[in-house]
Amino acid sequence: MINLRVGDQAKDVANVDQRDGGAILATTHLSFWYAKFLAIEDVSIEMPDRKITAIIGPSGCGKSTFLRCFNRMNELIPGTRIEGDVMFRGTNVNDRSVDPVEIRRQVGMVFQKPNPFPKSIYDNVAYGPRVNRYQGSMDEIVETSLRRAALWDEVKDDLKKSGLALSGGQQQRLCIARALAVQPEVLLMDEPCSALDPIATTRIEDLMRELREDLSIVIVTHNMQQAARVSDRTAFFTLGEAGAGVLVEHDETQRIFTTPSDDRTEAYITGRFG
Amino acid sequence: MELRPRFALKNSASSREPSKWGGSRRQRVLVERTVHWVLFACAAVSVLTTTGIVITLLGETVQFFGEVPILDFLTGTRWTPLFASQNFGVLPLVNGTVAVALVAIVVAVPVGLLTAIFLSEYAPGRVRSVVKPILEVLAGIPTVVYGYFALQFVTPILRGIFPQTQIFNVASAGIVMGFMILPMMASISEDAIRAVPRDLRQGAYALGATKLEVITRVVVPGALSGILAAVILSISRAIGETMIVAIAAGLQPKMGFDLLSSMETMTAYIVQVSLGDTQQDTIEYRTIFAVGTLLFVLTFIMNVLSDLLVRRYREAYE
Repeated sequence: MINLRVGDQAKDVANVDQRDGGAILATTHLSFWYAKFLAIEDVSIEMPDRKITAIIGPSGCGKSTFLRCFNRMNELIPGTRIEGDVMFRGTNVNDRSVDPVEIRRQVGMVFQKPNPFPKSIYDNVAYGPRVNRYQGSMDEIVETSLRRAALWDEVKDDLKKSGLALSGGQQQRLCIARALAVQPEVLLMDEPCSALDPIATTRIEDLMRELREDLSIVIVTHNMQQAARVSDRTAFFTLGEAGAGVLVEHDETQRIFTTPSDDRTEAYITGRFG
Repeated sequence: MELRPRFALKNSASSREPSKWGGSRRQRVLVERTVHWVLFACAAVSVLTTTGIVITLLGETVQFFGEVPILDFLTGTRWTPLFASQNFGVLPLVNGTVAVALVAIVVAVPVGLLTAIFLSEYAPGRVRSVVKPILEVLAGIPTVVYGYFALQFVTPILRGIFPQTQIFNVASAGIVMGFMILPMMASISEDAIRAVPRDLRQGAYALGATKLEVITRVVVPGALSGILAAVILSISRAIGETMIVAIAAGLQPKMGFDLLSSMETMTAYIVQVSLGDTQQDTIEYRTIFAVGTLLFVLTFIMNVLSDLLVRRYREAYE
């Protein structure tokens, strides 16, 4: 564990030079349609590097759809349409020249329901590196990823066991380990704790704070306490007048939860609607 | 809403007025009991039929094995019960059955599986809505039609390619049987593939997998037990199939795997004897019950095996 930390810090130092500390993800005038249904309308936002950005808002306001724009997961659904720009490190991810496979390797995702593959723990973590033709030591990357996801100590003795045999919280950490194994720069988390009990939730939240050292996290959550606890910045979405999801405001989490500038935000966080 | 007792209690206020609620308890109980027994009787029909078949089969089979040692039957390689010098080694019939089934499986499994993958993963809804019904039509064609298709259409083609092909041959019957099984193979595999949760596909895509990698490394492995069940059911179907082989594969019980020559399967033999002029209550006649029992045991094992596999894959995602 100690060795690993040193290694990670060394990597951080190397990365700091490359990273300008500005926005890692950004959208400008982003609108999104499922066939004719406008799901999100005209969203412009910037998300800073190596911070945790929480996206909160009532059900059906397009939070998950918005999240899935960043790794082009929405295009797997036929009949969708996107307008506006989605930028990752200054590149428009929807540009013709951009390979979605490459984007998804750099922008990882953790889903609402833990979805380990019906394979061994080892193979679950090794899946990403394998499909991305990783040339280095597979054992090493599996161990590192499981350690980063705070799961190693619980599973190191039976890596051959099926991922489905783990508890819900462990499964979700396995999915995080699996996402980390391809060394993404961003981790998108779509309500990662909604299927977990409070203890497992706490572990994931602790993990997120540790991961913030090396990567940027965007988390969609229904749980406002969670957003307040873990995030650096919070974006509040709601349903606009046209019935589509709109971004109301985004700011430092503390500001959003203490002195929001929009009445709708205040109404939502104080529990008066949504 | 007002809560009122629906059973009339003596001396209670409600019993003084005439009740607005109809139906007596006795009447309800009678209807319920009748329904129960009618349904039970229907269910019992299939159980009794199965039992009847097994008893008939076993009775004659036991008599048969009173005259022919079971070991000779199961290990003998000469099957000549209808000739003067009788031999009761069933292996040539098993050999014929396996040969035809093998050809059928070699056709049905790859084509069926790839069809299933195409239908569930690649085909747009419009294409799927055309291909699926056509597949189902294929499943609805009477097997006797397949038999003549093998004899009149496939065999001449085979003879064009391989002149030594006999008129009745294993390859032609097997290939056509493969197409007959294809819809079942495709449809069960497709169900298994569709049962793989969408979450898993998304998880794989999110790790930078391509569509082909998602299918080969997540979807198909995830559906593997269902696909295996489909394979086993297909084998079971191929073993039991009668009409095609009786028409197109010939009636020569022999060992070996010369697919272009004629062979006799267990089912074809049963047809041959049943339709022939073999005297009942003779050892020759009883052979068909012994062969029938063997066939029943084989397909039964196959079905149990596939049932176990299907149960396994159902559990995997709950």
